[in-house]
Amino acid sequence: MSTADPLLRLDGVRKHFPVRAGTLLSREQGRVYAVDGVDLEVHNGETLGLVGETGCGKSTLARCIARLYDLTAGTVWFDGRDITGLSRREMRPVRRDVQLVFQDPFGSLNPRRRVGSIIADPFAVHQLGTRADRKRRVQELMERVGLNPEHYNRFPAEFSGGQRQRIGVARALALRPKLLICDEPVSALDVSIQAQIINLLVDLQHDFRLTYIFISHDLSVVRHVSDRIAVMYLGRIVESAPTRDLFESTRHPYTRGLLSALQVPDPDAADSRERIILAGDLPSPTDPPSGCRFHTRCPKARADCVRTDPPLTGSPGRHQTACLFPLEIGEDLSLASPQVHDTVIGGAG
Amino acid sequence: MTAGTVARQHTAPAHRRAIEGRSPWALGWMRLRRDRVAMFCLGVIVLIVLVAVFAPLTAHLTGHPPNEQYRSTGLTPDGLPRGPSRAFLFGTDDLGRDILVRIAYGARISLLVGVAATALTVVVGVVVGLAAGYLGGAVDTVLTRLIDVVLSVPFLLVAIALVSVTGPSMTVTVLVIGFFSWASMARIVRGQVLSLREREFVEAARSLGAGDARIMFVDVLPNVLAPVIVYTTLLIPVVIVVQATLSFLGLGLAPPTADWGGMLSESQAYYTTAWWFIVFPGAALLVTTLAFNLFGDGVRDAFDPRRDR
Repeated sequence: MSTADPLLRLDGVRKHFPVRAGTLLSREQGRVYAVDGVDLEVHNGETLGLVGETGCGKSTLARCIARLYDLTAGTVWFDGRDITGLSRREMRPVRRDVQLVFQDPFGSLNPRRRVGSIIADPFAVHQLGTRADRKRRVQELMERVGLNPEHYNRFPAEFSGGQRQRIGVARALALRPKLLICDEPVSALDVSIQAQIINLLVDLQHDFRLTYIFISHDLSVVRHVSDRIAVMYLGRIVESAPTRDLFESTRHPYTRGLLSALQVPDPDAADSRERIILAGDLPSPTDPPSGCRFHTRCPKARADCVRTDPPLTGSPGRHQTACLFPLEIGEDLSLASPQVHDTVIGGAG
Repeated sequence: MTAGTVARQHTAPAHRRAIEGRSPWALGWMRLRRDRVAMFCLGVIVLIVLVAVFAPLTAHLTGHPPNEQYRSTGLTPDGLPRGPSRAFLFGTDDLGRDILVRIAYGARISLLVGVAATALTVVVGVVVGLAAGYLGGAVDTVLTRLIDVVLSVPFLLVAIALVSVTGPSMTVTVLVIGFFSWASMARIVRGQVLSLREREFVEAARSLGAGDARIMFVDVLPNVLAPVIVYTTLLIPVVIVVQATLSFLGLGLAPPTADWGGMLSESQAYYTTAWWFIVFPGAALLVTTLAFNLFGDGVRDAFDPRRDR
């Protein structure tokens, strides 16, 4: 659809963590397949929502994009440039363009440093501006994110969770990045405060022409802010589509399961709609299931799903799904039942 | 749905109150100020420091230089030490020297060695602990093994061997004590750094492009300083006692330099006949270490990270 080059493109990104045993001479015992083959495009000015259960690799993917982790395999293209193999020194200018907002507003701010010094950190690291410049810029930033600029001498412990998240946002904005990766920026906050922070992020996007990757496990939040949503399951993207498409013509059974868990404000509607309760837990990422990774929990699973790993089909930017038997529009998933065991035992098709 | 309708709220307008944030250090100091025992001990420590600094003044006031032997006025006709009197407030030692003046001069040695060896310990221990904990991997393995080796070497045996080779001097004393105490400091720091390294603010610094050195000293170090300070204040009295022990065993400083351990060693033969010879230097050592220890306890109570939150 869009002919312009994407701001960010991921090709087959994998991040495996070795599980080691032994103290002195450690051996690799296995691997956690945290991110296992992700293709993704993010275009200038858009907000990509990234959703999935806890432990599906969302945060790992974010850290791979920001090159806080070295990739096991795959390529990250940022602004038309392959940044996968860049050294720390070569990464420094790129870091000015890619910033992170962290989930934990308590852990992400150094408790022993004053807020002014925390927000000025990007300037100090990149050696920008004089002391007076930095102070002025810090106070502007604080004002912009809704903090009292006179509080720059305070310590993080003297702020509330929401205020601390504003501090984190100010720090991330200091270098005027192009891409802001928000890793669950509101999930640690009270619901009333969540709205404030989300509104702030939306405002800032307009003012600073930011591109967002917005990670959350809360679909209602993601729906509110995102132009496009990618759904992750066990280190893979299983479905990605423009927000409306994803909600109105869901193709992947997992996405449908997530959507059915959404709260609906109207109790009558909530009673009448289909409820799909996904059975079981997320399988361990050290030993992902064969074939389609979702087959162990999928209401529509067939024998093929156990054998064949479905690729993500469809054109990037439009509706993409990784499913052998995607849902038809209007299909009622609650009527489906998995036919994996039947075929295995009986051999019938 | 959830987000859009909530009214935007701005922080309250600047109120004319002190905006200056209270640092964790300021809060700790406030707690310490309220601790009467710690404050009393701090007073005692200051007093001892003053005595050490103005030791020549005691010599001047009494008219007794520390190494001057008063064989006629300072010893009994039998050649035994003289008890406390107007001329010698704390009595004299076996060579007729003024114990009061020698205690004052001994305080210089104790404090100097205590501070120097502790400083050496802190610098080496913190740097090694930071490097091992933060850099991890092979660096950590090597440094941790080194710590284990140092901690398993018998202290006194090596000290005796070393002093017998190099001869007694203050530098050797400081180096020996420093060499054997950095390891436990490094272990404490490493443990703290291991957990700090995984905190998100370290990741945040890395995502800004900060280098390892900057993260270690700007982001991690201030967070390990509290336990380091606590350990340091508790280390000073230990070092003072160790220094006295070395002197007591004849491994400290060459005579006739006055120091507390050496005085106690000399007094051994006279403990039945000249109580002042052993009591006053012993009391000086006791009061000093007790003051540092109780002050250290107060510091720990005031700065303990577990009381922070």
